[in-house]
Amino acid sequence: MTLLRKPWIWAWIAAIVVYAATIAATAGASAAGLAQAAFTFAAFSVIVGLGQMFVITLGPGNVDLSIPATMTLAGTVSLKLMDTADAMALPGLAVALGIGAGVGFANYALIKALRIPPIIATLALSFVVQSAAIWTNRGLRIKPPETLAAFSTGNLWGIPNLAIVASLLTLAAWVLLERSAWGRRVTAIGQSLPAARRAGIAVHGVRLSAYVLCATLAGLCGFLLSCFSGGAALNMGAEYLLISIAVVVIGGSSVAGGNSNVPGIWGAALFLFLVVSMLNTYGFGAGPRMILTGLIIIAVILAASLRGPASRGM
Amino acid sequence: MSDAPALLSVTDARLRFGEVTALDGVSLALRAGECLGLVGHNGAGKSTLVNVLNGGLALQGGSLRADGQPVRWDVAAARALGLRCVFQELSLCPNLTVAENARILHRGQFGLIWRAEARRLAKAALDAVFPGHGIDVRAQVASLALAQRQMVEIALAFAEAGPPPRLVILDEPTSSLDASIARQLLSHVRRFVAAGGSVVLISHILSEVLETATRIVVMKDGQVVADRPAAEFTPAGLVAAMGSTAQERRRAERGAAPAAAAPLVVHALPRGLPVRVAAGEVVGLTGLAGHGQTELLRALHDRLAPAWAAGRRPAVAYVAGDRRHDGILPLWSIRRNLTVSALSALTRRGLVDERAERAAAEAWRSRIGIRSPDLGLPILSLSGGNQQKVLFARALLAGAPLVLMDDPMRGVDVGTKQEVYGIIRAEAAAGRAFVWYSSEIEEMELCDRVYVFREGAAAAELAGAQITETAILEASFAGHPAEGAA
Repeated sequence: MTLLRKPWIWAWIAAIVVYAATIAATAGASAAGLAQAAFTFAAFSVIVGLGQMFVITLGPGNVDLSIPATMTLAGTVSLKLMDTADAMALPGLAVALGIGAGVGFANYALIKALRIPPIIATLALSFVVQSAAIWTNRGLRIKPPETLAAFSTGNLWGIPNLAIVASLLTLAAWVLLERSAWGRRVTAIGQSLPAARRAGIAVHGVRLSAYVLCATLAGLCGFLLSCFSGGAALNMGAEYLLISIAVVVIGGSSVAGGNSNVPGIWGAALFLFLVVSMLNTYGFGAGPRMILTGLIIIAVILAASLRGPASRGM
Repeated sequence: MSDAPALLSVTDARLRFGEVTALDGVSLALRAGECLGLVGHNGAGKSTLVNVLNGGLALQGGSLRADGQPVRWDVAAARALGLRCVFQELSLCPNLTVAENARILHRGQFGLIWRAEARRLAKAALDAVFPGHGIDVRAQVASLALAQRQMVEIALAFAEAGPPPRLVILDEPTSSLDASIARQLLSHVRRFVAAGGSVVLISHILSEVLETATRIVVMKDGQVVADRPAAEFTPAGLVAAMGSTAQERRRAERGAAPAAAAPLVVHALPRGLPVRVAAGEVVGLTGLAGHGQTELLRALHDRLAPAWAAGRRPAVAYVAGDRRHDGILPLWSIRRNLTVSALSALTRRGLVDERAERAAAEAWRSRIGIRSPDLGLPILSLSGGNQQKVLFARALLAGAPLVLMDDPMRGVDVGTKQEVYGIIRAEAAAGRAFVWYSSEIEEMELCDRVYVFREGAAAAELAGAQITETAILEASFAGHPAEGAA
């Protein structure tokens, strides 16, 4: 079956199996509620995951570890700027995106100008960004503007608004990766940087734009998350460091770069949320829950890799 | 010559790498008290022969004798006999000091407290070959200049430690030494030989070989084509022996070179002639491999291909010779590999126009003859020659006025070569310019003009009917030791 050869199918199968197992334990009582919660929380993972995917596609060693700090700074500063005023919603969003873009530029500046490996450069910069967030925040917890809070927790015909936003972004990312010349160039760089260079690709321009896109999405995610959770917290981005990478890998994209897919990110994001819900439902304590989460993730990645990577004949 | 058995001799040595015959029945004897000069152009088989002699490569046919006896020959046996080798690519550990390198090269010669001993050994070795060398044996190799590293490497090869050196092979030993240091080395070689040692000297500087060697062996296409006392050779005779006879062909195929058109690009190098290319010209880069041709192509490409923001029409396209490293995009289909350099032209509002992409790829498939049922198949499903055709098609489809080619015919079969030659001439006639580095001299005869490279610079320029194998060989081997390399 051609569908079974798609690298992203395993994340979706895993998500559906885990969902079914959870529903079975509660005798179907929470089917709709669980799905809604899963789509809401997965939306955040998807938004940062899409950005991380483009960076990882750039090839070995490329990863953005500044996502959590960027989310925190974008959330903190934009809430402070809006100061609960609805009229400031758009400027607030613009500032969040601008902070993201700025971090992206700074990341690539460190990588290129100082020749620091991305893993170190983005981690180092994240300390600076996180410190900036602490300095702006000063322990204040400012509520988001009323309309934004309502929007981020609301839904349209039962579908969470955030899931709709994330789906639109997913569609855009798919077009960008699969149909645009830019996506082709990102993928070419990920297969071989010297070959891409000699093929005439402006490798620095393309890499820079991928890092900027990733950090901008992190800024957006921080903005939405702080609106959703009623205020920015200094540790709000922490869990997204691992999640942003995990959704890319579980989703069937190659960690070595050059071969990524978009649908898998949704499957993996849903799966990561649902695994924790399932283990909660079955009454596992915190310790066993983390061990089992780790084991299940390993199992899904193994299942996907044993099938062999599908060739990208196009 | 003495009647004593040769120190080391090979008889009818044969060695093939896949389709390539590297040694085709070579017989050679190395005797005590002689310096053998070994000369030949790229691919003549010199390096392969050296690797057979030092035990690095096993023969597929023929025999090898040491001191007249057939032996099991490997690196350890070669070492035990007293064979030492100095390679062109330096083999010292850059993170260690000179003395520590001596310790590694001559392991087993030292006790537990070896540092002082190793320092003494390294210093004595350097003093013997290069009196007044000024190298501190406690210095890290990485901190030394290139010429000093080469001096260390040479001196350690002649050092009296372990099995005494009886046969020293020097592969391009003077390539980074200046004239006076090179003279020191060559007089040491004469002393060593006079004392009963044996030396194999490989050099692209024919005057060195003629002055130093007692006997000269000329190789071509894996065979020994001349083996005579050095006194019987003149520089011209040596060049003639390296070339093949009667190869004035293909000349008629080509029209007259475009008359002094305004150059499309001029690239000045720190030394030597500036490289000029005019529209519609095929400019060849030749000379011995590794003398700066690839570096020139890379520098030209880096200069003309923007790394931050590409324009809609590329100014330059590049055909890689090292397919695996900087040519093929291995995860992609044939089609995507073919169109990657032309994406800007195949894009409508940011999105790739897949219909136009298919049409462009199909057009080149039939024009250049890519043998595959479906261009959607992975690029790695193609044979090497067909992969190379895809890279050619990629560069030509890019629509750039200048195409750079880095020895692109390596490992390509004869039929494919002829097809590609035809396309290059046709594209040049249509106004495109080509800069073509090739390690094969015959391909240079397809060019309008040729630059012969020596020691990182374009040393000579040949045009039209001047482009002959003899002229290229003469220019490649005409050098004097590099000045001021230290």
